[in-house]
Amino acid sequence: MEPLIFERSIPGRRGYVPPPNDVPPSDPSAFIPPDQLRATAATWPEVAEVDVIRHYTRLSQLNYSIDTHFYPLGSCTMKHNPRVNERVAALPGFSWLHPLQPAAHTQGILQLLHELEQLLCAITGMAAFTLQPAAGAQGELTGLKIMAAYHRRQQRHRSTILIPDSAHGTNPASAALSGFSVVQLPSGPDGLIDVRELKARLTGDVAGLMLTNPNTLGLFERDIKTIAALLHEQEALVYMDGANMNALLGVARPGDMGIDILQLNLHKTFSTPHGGGGPGAGPVGVTSTLADLLPLPRVRQRGKSLVWQEEGTASVGRVHGFYGNVGVLVRAYTYIRSLGRDGLSRASRVAIINANYLKTKLQEICPVPYDRACLHEFVATMKAVRAHGVNAWDVAKRLLDYGCYAPTVYFPLIVEEALMIEPTETESKETLDQFAQALGQIIAEVRSDPEMVRHAPHRLPVNRLDDVKAAREPNLRWRPGRSPNWATAGQR
Amino acid sequence: MSTPDHLLYTKTHEWVRREGGEAVVGITVHAQEELRDVVFVELPNVGRSVKQGEAVAVIESVKAAFDIYAPVSGTIARVNDSVSKNPQVVNQDCYGVGWLYTISPVSPDEFTRLMTAEQYTKQLQAETH
Amino acid sequence: MDYAPNTEEQLQQMLQTIGVDSFDQLLADVPAELRIRALDLLPGLSEADVVQLGEQLAAKNVSLKQATAFLGAGSYAHGIPTAVDSLAARGEWLTPYTPYQAEASQGTLQAIYEFQTMVCELFQMDVANASLYDGASSVAESAVMAIRATQRPRILVSEVVHPHARQVIATYLSGAQAVIQEIPSVNGVTDLEALGKALGDDVAAVILQQPNACGCLEPMTQAGELAHRVGALFVASVYPISLGVLQPPGAYDADIAVAEGRCFGSPPAYGGPGLGLFTTTNALTRRIPGRLAGCTVDQSGRRGYTLTLQTREQHIRRERATSNICTNEGWLALRATIFMALVGPRGLAELARLNLDKAHYAQEQLCTIPWLRLMWDQPFFNEFTLQADPAIDLESIQRRLLRAGVVGGYRLAHWYPLWPQATLWCVTELISRDSIDRLIKILKHAV
Repeated sequence: MEPLIFERSIPGRRGYVPPPNDVPPSDPSAFIPPDQLRATAATWPEVAEVDVIRHYTRLSQLNYSIDTHFYPLGSCTMKHNPRVNERVAALPGFSWLHPLQPAAHTQGILQLLHELEQLLCAITGMAAFTLQPAAGAQGELTGLKIMAAYHRRQQRHRSTILIPDSAHGTNPASAALSGFSVVQLPSGPDGLIDVRELKARLTGDVAGLMLTNPNTLGLFERDIKTIAALLHEQEALVYMDGANMNALLGVARPGDMGIDILQLNLHKTFSTPHGGGGPGAGPVGVTSTLADLLPLPRVRQRGKSLVWQEEGTASVGRVHGFYGNVGVLVRAYTYIRSLGRDGLSRASRVAIINANYLKTKLQEICPVPYDRACLHEFVATMKAVRAHGVNAWDVAKRLLDYGCYAPTVYFPLIVEEALMIEPTETESKETLDQFAQALGQIIAEVRSDPEMVRHAPHRLPVNRLDDVKAAREPNLRWRPGRSPNWATAGQR
Repeated sequence: MSTPDHLLYTKTHEWVRREGGEAVVGITVHAQEELRDVVFVELPNVGRSVKQGEAVAVIESVKAAFDIYAPVSGTIARVNDSVSKNPQVVNQDCYGVGWLYTISPVSPDEFTRLMTAEQYTKQLQAETH
Repeated sequence: MDYAPNTEEQLQQMLQTIGVDSFDQLLADVPAELRIRALDLLPGLSEADVVQLGEQLAAKNVSLKQATAFLGAGSYAHGIPTAVDSLAARGEWLTPYTPYQAEASQGTLQAIYEFQTMVCELFQMDVANASLYDGASSVAESAVMAIRATQRPRILVSEVVHPHARQVIATYLSGAQAVIQEIPSVNGVTDLEALGKALGDDVAAVILQQPNACGCLEPMTQAGELAHRVGALFVASVYPISLGVLQPPGAYDADIAVAEGRCFGSPPAYGGPGLGLFTTTNALTRRIPGRLAGCTVDQSGRRGYTLTLQTREQHIRRERATSNICTNEGWLALRATIFMALVGPRGLAELARLNLDKAHYAQEQLCTIPWLRLMWDQPFFNEFTLQADPAIDLESIQRRLLRAGVVGGYRLAHWYPLWPQATLWCVTELISRDSIDRLIKILKHAV
């Protein structure tokens, strides 16, 4: 194992030297009152550039990533991240702009952002977009704030949100953070929203329904138009979590389905890199009725130039320090322009074929509940392995040994021992065949050597980690002068 | 032995034992097994008044968090600090040193709404079928 | 270009394996009336063409590499060591996701653990998370956390906390049973007397920013003591580079300390992505929003890292989670980690002193201009507010500077209408003495 960077520290070593001082140097106490001065330096490592390069190169090699491994993490749309996106985003004309530079300095980026809003409108059929939310969950929060503001404007008191039991955890969490109470909607026997169950819960207190389409089983909500009409009859709104938009490019548009509010996850559908956990971007699209409620500021044409419009009395306010994750937006813009009309449609088409193909191959090995044509992902169950004392989590760990990152495990909650698999369009048939073969071998291993599977992985830098110890005795930081005391320190 | 006869039970898998004027509360073996490794217990403040059925404590495993409800109304009289420090004792001895908190004083008629060991065992059987 | 490797021939074979004749059969659940024939978009572009398009748009901007901008006001441009870009570009860092499978993500997890440690050390706080979206949403999350932790409804926030952060707090707390009250400033800093009067036992948190939105240093120790006297939490929003010379939040007993950490190793990028740094005390660990990496062991007793205390999070606690955050700013946190490792404690102190010296040099020079003076006599770090004589037309001065490729200080009137002649000037280590001297020359001839 690679030691911690702190354990490589040698006092006096340096990895970077700031530029020389070209103004008269002073003692800090000349400017800062003594009681406001820092007394002791932070215990940061003291290392040379070569130490840093080797350390973080070696650490990187302990990761599975899209660049190195198949990464079928359901609902996360781990598609290949084209390098041209990185090249464009790194242009100093985008990356070295200060957010408060005058409009005369920023016409290019304003044009890009303005065009991106229009592209997202065309793709989704929504009337207007804000690019400000920094990730999907912040988009959900923004969308729900818009919903609340809408009902306030209509002078209606609405305090509950209906959320299907198959929803992502962010949905109820965002609803709660927006001041709503959550009413769970049980899925019907076909895995879809059950219109009768919906009607039974559609009281006068419902502000809206928050659904995902296709849902987390990868199934399209067939009755979406009926569902939207029911909500609208009650003067309630329909929020769509666009996490699964990779299924719908050129297939159908949420705006046509009766969706009032939608967030997209650009790091999923539009291929911006996930970065080990972000940054993402979660633009929110709305119908024209709701457009004036979007966060401020908004890009507007004024005369010949584009400017930021800061004023607006109806807006829900601001959710980001400036305009959102612009670096991510530039990447997504590049991707959408690269693929264009036909490329985006082909992406969804291949994503759907890939998912159905893999589902067909896996059905010989493990059952897929709610078995019907899926869209971009599907959920298999590992219930059968339980008879051997093995569970879905163990199978996922064993997949790592076969050089595949694991699918999303134990989600959605409505499928027991769930493995949620999203291959995306950027995986080849050969990769899908290998994955199916690997899972087949693992199921055989469950029968022949369940103990081995229970202790997987075996071929990774570490074997099964002790999550219980991590939670019972939280060790969330290294302390100077002592290495994590129970563990063997790595060799220098 | 997994459902001792001398205790009373709730639908939500708490057990209760009357001890003088106090009701001692813990979770059942069944609950403890469902949770698997208990990693954290959040106990109520002593002196808090609670209603029967109110969520008063939280028990966490690595990947789940469960509310623990007050089986009877009253005031939290004592809490078991040793389970806060060593949550694993809930797994090791949930009917003994793994008790969670006590409530006092208690009104006897609320006890009539609790289940006997026999009734609780039946409920468990119903849940698993 | 669609980056999908399967050929049309392979796709046909795959449809056969699936047992359908056409792709459309897979869309049986999509009502025909909802199907669209084609997207209303332009055809795609080749790589060469899309690069050219990007370059053309970028060329319509004037970057900080071309202009000299004395702009801070919440976004600070600092140097980025080359090794940061080089390492962070590796696909193993750029293209994985949140490390749900710890055994296949030890690199990301160890880097987060190192990040958490370095941020704790810098802030002198007990616990740091794996990052939030940006500084502004971190301030808002601190308010949400304080309300839940104290079970109290009122948030006191200084009017010289960055206005965008105050707006984000307002958005996050709208609809909740919370009351936000702004504390006025006097002479460029938070009015402690007004703060004292506003405090009560229903206050969840007092939020201050150091240095504040006008660049002035706040009386953090005194404000913290006032907050603690009524049992409220004290929240500090700080500027990481300044902590090379300024006392860290732990030294004045902050309960929650947050920051915009993007200045550690990532470019301004027109304001985003940012990097929310979020720290707190041991007592509040289980209230913290977002991911946490922890050190543990594997079955063979070897050291390893994993996400931990996950029951706080939305994927387990759902509507009762500490926050709704899922995706954070992992890649920027990695860049910050590499930055901190390269710069080291000595480098950070040097950087901070450079900023301090240059800003004070610039301020002294600017104040030799007859119509400009320092607005408040308060200590500052690398940003300060100047007051122009009432007769001066600041817009025409700004235009004049712009023609010379210089962006002058930010007009505070955008945020504080009562200060129409105030400009906020920032000088980091990226601004040379020559640039400062040139600015002075232009201004001397501007009126």
